[in-house]
Amino acid sequence: MGILDSKVPSGPLADKWTKHKNEINLVNPANKRNIDIIVVGTGLAGGAAAATLAELGYNVKTFCYQDSPRRAHSIAAQGGINAAKNYQGDGDSPYRLFYDTVKGGDYRSREANVYRLAEESVNIIDQCVAQGVPFAREYGGMLDNRSFGGVLVSRTFYAKGQTGQQLLLGAYSAMNRQINRGKIQAFNRHEMLDIVLVDGKARGIIARDMVTGEIERHGAHAVVLATGGYGNVFYLSTNAMGSNVTAAWRAHRRGAFFANPCFTQIHPTCIPVSGDHQSKLTLMSESLRNDGRIWVPRRLEDAKAIREGKLKPTQLKEEDRDYYLERRYPAFGNLVPRDVASRAAKERCDAGFGVNKTGEAVYLDFSAAIQRYGKEKALTSGLKDPDGETITRLGEEVVEAKYGNLFQMYEKIVDENPYKTPMMIYPAVHYTMGGLWVDYNLQTTIPGCYCAGEANFSDHGANRLGASALMQGLADGYFVLPYTIGDYLSKDIRTGKIATDTEAFDKAEADVRGRLQQLLNARGDKSVDYFHKKLGKIMWDKCGMSRNAEGLKEAIEEIAALRKEFYANVRIPGGMDEMNTELEKAFRVADFLELGELFAKDGLHRKESCGGHFREEYQTEDGEALRDDKNFKYVASWEYKGEPKDAVLHKEDLVFENIELKTRSYK
Amino acid sequence: MKLLLKIWRQQNASSKGKFVDYPISGIEGDMSFLEMLDVLNQQLIDKGEEPVVFDHDCREGICGTCSLQINGEPHGPDRLITTCQLHMRMFKDGDTIVIEPFRAKAFPVIKDLMVDRSAFDRIQQAGGYISVNTSGNTVDANTIPIEKTKADDAFNAAACIGCGACVAACKNASAMLFTSAKVSQFALLPQGRVEATQRVLSMVRQMDLEGFGNCTNTGACEVECPKGISLENIARMNREYLMASVKG
Repeated sequence: MGILDSKVPSGPLADKWTKHKNEINLVNPANKRNIDIIVVGTGLAGGAAAATLAELGYNVKTFCYQDSPRRAHSIAAQGGINAAKNYQGDGDSPYRLFYDTVKGGDYRSREANVYRLAEESVNIIDQCVAQGVPFAREYGGMLDNRSFGGVLVSRTFYAKGQTGQQLLLGAYSAMNRQINRGKIQAFNRHEMLDIVLVDGKARGIIARDMVTGEIERHGAHAVVLATGGYGNVFYLSTNAMGSNVTAAWRAHRRGAFFANPCFTQIHPTCIPVSGDHQSKLTLMSESLRNDGRIWVPRRLEDAKAIREGKLKPTQLKEEDRDYYLERRYPAFGNLVPRDVASRAAKERCDAGFGVNKTGEAVYLDFSAAIQRYGKEKALTSGLKDPDGETITRLGEEVVEAKYGNLFQMYEKIVDENPYKTPMMIYPAVHYTMGGLWVDYNLQTTIPGCYCAGEANFSDHGANRLGASALMQGLADGYFVLPYTIGDYLSKDIRTGKIATDTEAFDKAEADVRGRLQQLLNARGDKSVDYFHKKLGKIMWDKCGMSRNAEGLKEAIEEIAALRKEFYANVRIPGGMDEMNTELEKAFRVADFLELGELFAKDGLHRKESCGGHFREEYQTEDGEALRDDKNFKYVASWEYKGEPKDAVLHKEDLVFENIELKTRSYK
Repeated sequence: MKLLLKIWRQQNASSKGKFVDYPISGIEGDMSFLEMLDVLNQQLIDKGEEPVVFDHDCREGICGTCSLQINGEPHGPDRLITTCQLHMRMFKDGDTIVIEPFRAKAFPVIKDLMVDRSAFDRIQQAGGYISVNTSGNTVDANTIPIEKTKADDAFNAAACIGCGACVAACKNASAMLFTSAKVSQFALLPQGRVEATQRVLSMVRQMDLEGFGNCTNTGACEVECPKGISLENIARMNREYLMASVKG
């Protein structure tokens, strides 16, 4: 195992977490008042952690680049949150949720972490309901569930297509309660630009006030990074414009290992790119695959006619449509996991069956669901012999109640009515399973630096199942980290306040100022976006839905060259000591330009296909991912050594004691 | 499309702002309004000028970061959307578009089109929560059944994104729609009833302290709200407030 110790407790899987909680050290309430914790990022993981830590009695400082914690990008999660409540009585259990998640992740996650997640999932729903989160309910007043990809039970709790919003507002309200008590100090419109280590331990951060430009020092006994994923390395993704890797990358440069950077989730149902002006991509929730059927024309000439606008999808007869997911994966049909659905869409479009102008779109069709729901509604409303029009109207009403906001969002962007004509969708970068390496306690390889939520690598392996990100963010924040961090802090009760007028802080601040100045000094003639778009194109073309050795090698070279050009030729108007949105972007893109190279290096070294990482050289005869458990059943954890190309690989072998490794099949 | 943009430029909170004209061409109908501003900013940067600062983040209408008063309307001419969801197909070739920050005493300008809406955070901090510990020792989620229509109404109130369009639309710069949405969400749920009395008093008190105006039942807030938050919430909050005041 080398220097990576996962610290997974011994004992039977189902008892590990309880046993661990019973054995770790606690900090007494009086001492908690003398301990400071910094939480960077206020999404589900960060917001939840900040609220619970403050409630326990620690002094918490939160940092977010948004103008309010409530705007973190967790807010955009649509479909739902999984929990093994088994309210539907369909045979669900924590074990099944654990099993589905490990299998869905293509056996590249840590068993003990995933089991703990499944165990805590139940608690999350109770907690959120108590906080006033208005989940969808049935007429009897009980909570409603729906189904998501890669599973055979209904365990997803939801609040229309705005589940992330409601959960985040719940965490934000819990934070507000603590802000009101003076236990959380919220630093909004602040960005962390470096982490400060004292005697090898994380003891604070350097942050920039984005309104005044002031560089600030903040000391603490521990630092929690809950800063989300790095999907924006692709420029176009479903992430918010400001989502970035900087906090995690700065920690990486100071000693935190970065794990599985190439594990990226490309989500199958997003609105296709409309032109060069595109600034971001919009997701259409996976929940739509409960009722939408995905298809392309069966014949190439029909696809061509549709692309040229000579034929409408609604004119195509049933037998002329290829419901390719139902054809290839009869057991799971349209609800196969995301990686499988994305690759299948790409395969059809590459073969010439794409249905929009650029040939990069497939249909997501609700007509069958509208008819089915319409008939059911007519029956329950006591209508005998309803005509076709009535059935359609009733069916559309049911679909609107379920997905109304998504349909509206689609119509505004595409200018087509998805009730009348099928939606066009295409895969887009959505989530990153990779992230900072953490042990069972969510601690990185820097003592005192913890990482939670999407920013860490731990629970989703090589592919995340739908409705599991919210679950992980809240489990980490509410229920895991507040326990495990206490074990570390129990040794800090005599440390006293962390001073920031020390050499370590002087040096870290000087470093940050130097970097900002370096960016401003380039005074070149290309904007930050110019470089970001170029990086995105390299990533999408060579590190996207399918990868090969040649492309990955090229990507490494091209990104390194682009990084060099960036530092020589970027143009940033304005100065450092004022609000400067271009400078903020430049600092982030500079880090993406390093991460992107490590990403490609990681993808090149992993000579297998698993989950979202599909290497063209390693596939079965029918084009499915070919895993290599003999050689790659490990977490690839990279140590920073200067340039990304010099990063050193450390392997954490994954031990499967409770699940038999199988070829993942959804057929 | 060719357009003339009249954009409010202001260096910082203490300086005086003014409108500056920016002619722009090559705008396509499929671009979002913010992507149109991206095009303008790219041109400004290429000329070595400072880009126009505006708030934005998720660009899918849910984070509530984007704002902008466009031709006098918060989030522009379309309904039930935020500025990031407004598309240029709503405009015609040759149009003049006036772009200002949200205007309200309680929302001071930070720079150009960016305003400070932290007053909303402080209203929430005053009582926009249920005082339950978050360490996970609560009762089973299905212990208390909740009538579906009530749960749906609570959700509809909770769908507020805190963008501030209601304040910007109101001639009195009142924050009643925003505050009442949060008060309503909790007032409608059994979990929220426990603290309902204190909550409405605290939140309304903070709202007044922040310098928002009074409600005179015009209803512009409801029309401009990107999430369709209903005026019924204001009526509910008034009822809650009256009951709470009587109870003390």
